[in-house]
Amino acid sequence: MPGAKLGLIEEQARTEAQAPTSALAMFGPETPLRLDSGVSLAPFQIAYQTYGTLNADKTNAILVCHALTGDQHAASANPVTGKPGWWSMMVGPGRPIDTDRFFVICSNVLGGCMGTTGPATTDPNTGEVYGLELPVITIGDMVRAQAMLVDHLGVDVLLAVVGGSMGGMQVLQWAASYPERVLSAVPIATGPRHSAQNIAFHEVGRQAIMADPDWCGGKYIAQGTSPRKGLAVARMAAHITYLSEEALHNKFGRELQDRSALTFGFDADFQIESYLRYQGMTFVDRFDANSYLYMTRAMDYFDLAAQHGGTLANAFRNTKTRFCVVSFTSDWLFPTSENRTIVHALNAAAANVSFVEIETDRGHDAFLLDMPEMFATVRGFLNASARRRGL
Amino acid sequence: MSEMQSVVNTVDQARVDLQVISDFVTPGARVLDVGCGNGDLLARLEAEKNVDGRGVELSQKGVNEAVARGLSVIQGDADHDLATYPDDAFDFVILSQTLQATYAPKVVLEALLRIGKKTIVSFPNFGHWKVRGQFMLYGRMPITHDLPYHWYDTPNIHFCTVLDFRALVREVGAEIEQTVALYGDGRRLGGSSSWGYWNAFSKQAVFLLSKP
Repeated sequence: MPGAKLGLIEEQARTEAQAPTSALAMFGPETPLRLDSGVSLAPFQIAYQTYGTLNADKTNAILVCHALTGDQHAASANPVTGKPGWWSMMVGPGRPIDTDRFFVICSNVLGGCMGTTGPATTDPNTGEVYGLELPVITIGDMVRAQAMLVDHLGVDVLLAVVGGSMGGMQVLQWAASYPERVLSAVPIATGPRHSAQNIAFHEVGRQAIMADPDWCGGKYIAQGTSPRKGLAVARMAAHITYLSEEALHNKFGRELQDRSALTFGFDADFQIESYLRYQGMTFVDRFDANSYLYMTRAMDYFDLAAQHGGTLANAFRNTKTRFCVVSFTSDWLFPTSENRTIVHALNAAAANVSFVEIETDRGHDAFLLDMPEMFATVRGFLNASARRRGL
Repeated sequence: MSEMQSVVNTVDQARVDLQVISDFVTPGARVLDVGCGNGDLLARLEAEKNVDGRGVELSQKGVNEAVARGLSVIQGDADHDLATYPDDAFDFVILSQTLQATYAPKVVLEALLRIGKKTIVSFPNFGHWKVRGQFMLYGRMPITHDLPYHWYDTPNIHFCTVLDFRALVREVGAEIEQTVALYGDGRRLGGSSSWGYWNAFSKQAVFLLSKP
């Protein structure tokens, strides 16, 4: 058998993908999900978390959409890693998305690996793990699945849909697909389509995974192994795009790792190398490699203007949704110019839009970090939305 | 106060144009405030006139403050971010104390007239006698209490006088519906005064414009 044995966290991650500790919504053969690829998916399941309490009028629900490697644990400890929720500074009691006031829903996206149907779950029709047999998933598919979950939870109109990066793409898709169900939309550090440069980085990651012999043509779960090296390289390359040159320089510079001189070899001499290796290794413990292929593909395929005859403003024609777009100065993955494209399209559609660019050296990752200005913006925007809703 | 709002005035009392602007706006109107600072005018218009208000502001601080208080404001500027709005998108477009800081005031004014059914412009009057006096007496670029910058650090790159602006309005083919000329303390110069008198004695002027 190729490859090394799985670690404890890795085993835990595989269990979580199949039988999550989160709440689970099951959708049977009678409610198939029509995918953009033309295939119908049924049955399928969505793993989700909720925070706060839905009010009697069901008017205080906010949907949080996670990014590429995120999950439903926005404000709860991650059952695989034990770490706090990925947006626990944004979502929680007294936080900008205040769970004392709002009912927050966060689900693992379709194609994910934390309990929602994805390549690491078993296809009930065959009894085998999906692997690459799962149809390719799009952002539109993720959002249609989320809409079914929101229905399932008895919520008609969402007070807000909020998310960053790939989560921001879902926010835009929600606003375009279900304008009457979204009162407020907060797309953060995102774009109306994935750029050629971003597709290029994703392709590097996918090729690294598929070049790993332990990938086994996508059937590594049945083989009891994992393409750890490939997935780690994919994560390392991607991680660079989440940071900024300035932040890398400030944090690592050319500092050496646990040594006083260069070793004239290919060990991790520099701190930045050691840091990236660590990021790669911890990632492979918790994330499914095939899921990484599906997630990156979903982002690559996203092009909201193309869905609307090539004109982005048409995606938002006559919308009543209030928008708050947030970007970060040092984000070169989804630079301010991409976010501003959304703003200009919303202006052209005469939509109600706010746009804040936040000064930081933290790059794309800033949306996950302690950004007081982002928190103040989201808090103020959501408070105004809640006032309009009579909350 | 944000960069854009404070380019002209150093004291709140000097923003006496805001009351005049507010009086021009009809209740319930759709309003775009270009160079809205931290949103003081928008907040006031939403509270007093129940308007559907939007803003554009250059300074990050101003935008963040405005959005955090629940206003709909985008970061941008008059020179670059008006082109995408459709024709007649707003009942009123307001450019308060910002025209003189734009790169292309004529292009900006034409954009305002296009996207707004009515346009309100307020600006500091460079024809004021004190400005003229400084220039005449000392032969140097005027620095006054309300215009405290040196020539090399001023954000006000396109000053004009009341008469200059009236000429520009004519050139772009807009109609002047009303003009209010203000002393520094906010008192209005008499409506029957001549344009030449306004040009010499008003500290600022507020124009209500409509399309021809």
